[in-house]
Amino acid sequence: MCTTCGCGTDEVKLEGGSAGHRHVHGDEHVHADGTRHSHEHGPDPAHEHSHEAGEGHGHSHAPGISATRRVQIEQDILSKNNAYAHENRQLLAGQGIFALNLVSGPGSGKTTLLCKTITMLGGLPVAVIEGDQQTSQDAERIRATGAPAVQINTGKGCHLDAHMVGHAMNRLELKDDSLLMIENVGNLVCPAAFDLGEAHKVVILSVTEGEDKPIKYPDMFRAASLMLLNKIDLLPHLDFDVDAAIAFARRVNPQIRVIQLSATSGEGMDEWLQFLRDGLASAVAAKQETVDSLRQRIAQLEAQLASTPAQG
Amino acid sequence: MHEMSLAEGVLQLIEDAARRQAFAKVRTVWLEIGQLSGVEPEAMAFCFDAVTRGSIAQGARLEIIRLPGTGWCMACARTVPMTEVFGECPACGGHQMQVTGGTEMRVKELEVT
Repeated sequence: MCTTCGCGTDEVKLEGGSAGHRHVHGDEHVHADGTRHSHEHGPDPAHEHSHEAGEGHGHSHAPGISATRRVQIEQDILSKNNAYAHENRQLLAGQGIFALNLVSGPGSGKTTLLCKTITMLGGLPVAVIEGDQQTSQDAERIRATGAPAVQINTGKGCHLDAHMVGHAMNRLELKDDSLLMIENVGNLVCPAAFDLGEAHKVVILSVTEGEDKPIKYPDMFRAASLMLLNKIDLLPHLDFDVDAAIAFARRVNPQIRVIQLSATSGEGMDEWLQFLRDGLASAVAAKQETVDSLRQRIAQLEAQLASTPAQG
Repeated sequence: MHEMSLAEGVLQLIEDAARRQAFAKVRTVWLEIGQLSGVEPEAMAFCFDAVTRGSIAQGARLEIIRLPGTGWCMACARTVPMTEVFGECPACGGHQMQVTGGTEMRVKELEVT
C-alpha cells in the first residue's frame, strides 16, 4: 500500500510493475505540527477548540473521562477523486492533449472501435489507457495497432478513478498535442460518478443492446456529452429502434450529441474522426493561447526591466 | 452504485480529519445523500461497516440525511420535486428538466472522542 496516499497497490495493478509514485499529493499530507493534543477533556460535548500551536489550555479537565465533540467536515465524498482529476486535467491542458473517457456496458465493441479509430487516424498520436478488472488483453490489442497503451487492472474495483489514471498517464509519457483515450471498465453504473480529468465522457451503446439502456442507466447517459451508437451494420438483422434509443438518451440528457457508426463497416466513422480532430485542435489552440499570453507577459516584464534605470 | 468506493472515500475524509483535528475514535458519522445521487442508503451502511473495520471509525453509527431531489422545469419555469434524474415534471408532464438538487454525497459532520 502506498504510504503517502493509502492507495491499495495490492488491489489495483498497473501493467509493468508498481505505479512508481512520482505524483505530488497536494497538501493533504502536510500536518500542522503543534496541533496535536493528547490530553483528555471533561464531559462537555460543546467544548470547542481552536488548537492553535502554543495555545495555553488553562481550563481543568476531569481525568480519565473522554468526552465526545462534533467536527464539521462538509466535504464531498468524491472530493479526493476530484482533486486528482483536477491535477490530471491541468497536466493534459499544459500539453495540449484531448482526453476522452470511453464508457459503456461490456461487449459494446469499445476496444474494436478504438483499434479502428487509431488505424483510421493514420499517424495522429494517440495513447490509450485500458481499464479492466483482469487481464491485459485489451492493451495488447491496442499495442498491435502501434499506439502506446497501459493496462490498469482494477481487481475488485468496478471503475477507474482519477488517481489510477494519473499514474497511468505518468507511465505513458504522453506526447504534446495528442489524443488520450481512456477505456473505462465495462460498466454502465459506477464510472459515471468518477471524473478522471477528461474533456468528455463518451458513452458507447451498441444496437445489439436494448434501446432503453439510457433510461435504465440514466446517470451514465447524463454524464456523457456524446453517445456513439455502434454496430449499426447489424441493424437490418435486429429490431433495434434507433429513434427510440436517441429519444431515451435525450430524455435523460437533452444536450447529448449522437453519432451513429459501425467500426466494422466504417459507416459513420468520418463524423467520429472529425469530432476527435476538432477536439484536438481546440486543446492545442487553448494551450497555444496560454503559451502566447505567458510570452506576452514575459515580454512586458522584460520591457519594464529594461526601462528601469539601472541602480548603481 | 459503487457504494464500496464511496465508503472508502468517506473513511479517507475521516482519517484526514483525524490527523488535522487529533481525535482517536469516531462515534457517529452524518452523511448527506441526495435522492438523485444513485446511492442506496442500505448498501452504503453495509459497505461503511465493512471498510471501517479495524479503523478509527469501527463501530461508528452511520446517520444518513436524505436530501430531496429537485429540478427546474423549463416549460413551467419553476423548481419542482423530482424522484428520478429523468423524471417528468409533476406539473406539466414534460421532460425538459434540469436537476438542481438531490445529487449530493457529502460527509457533513462527525461525533468524535
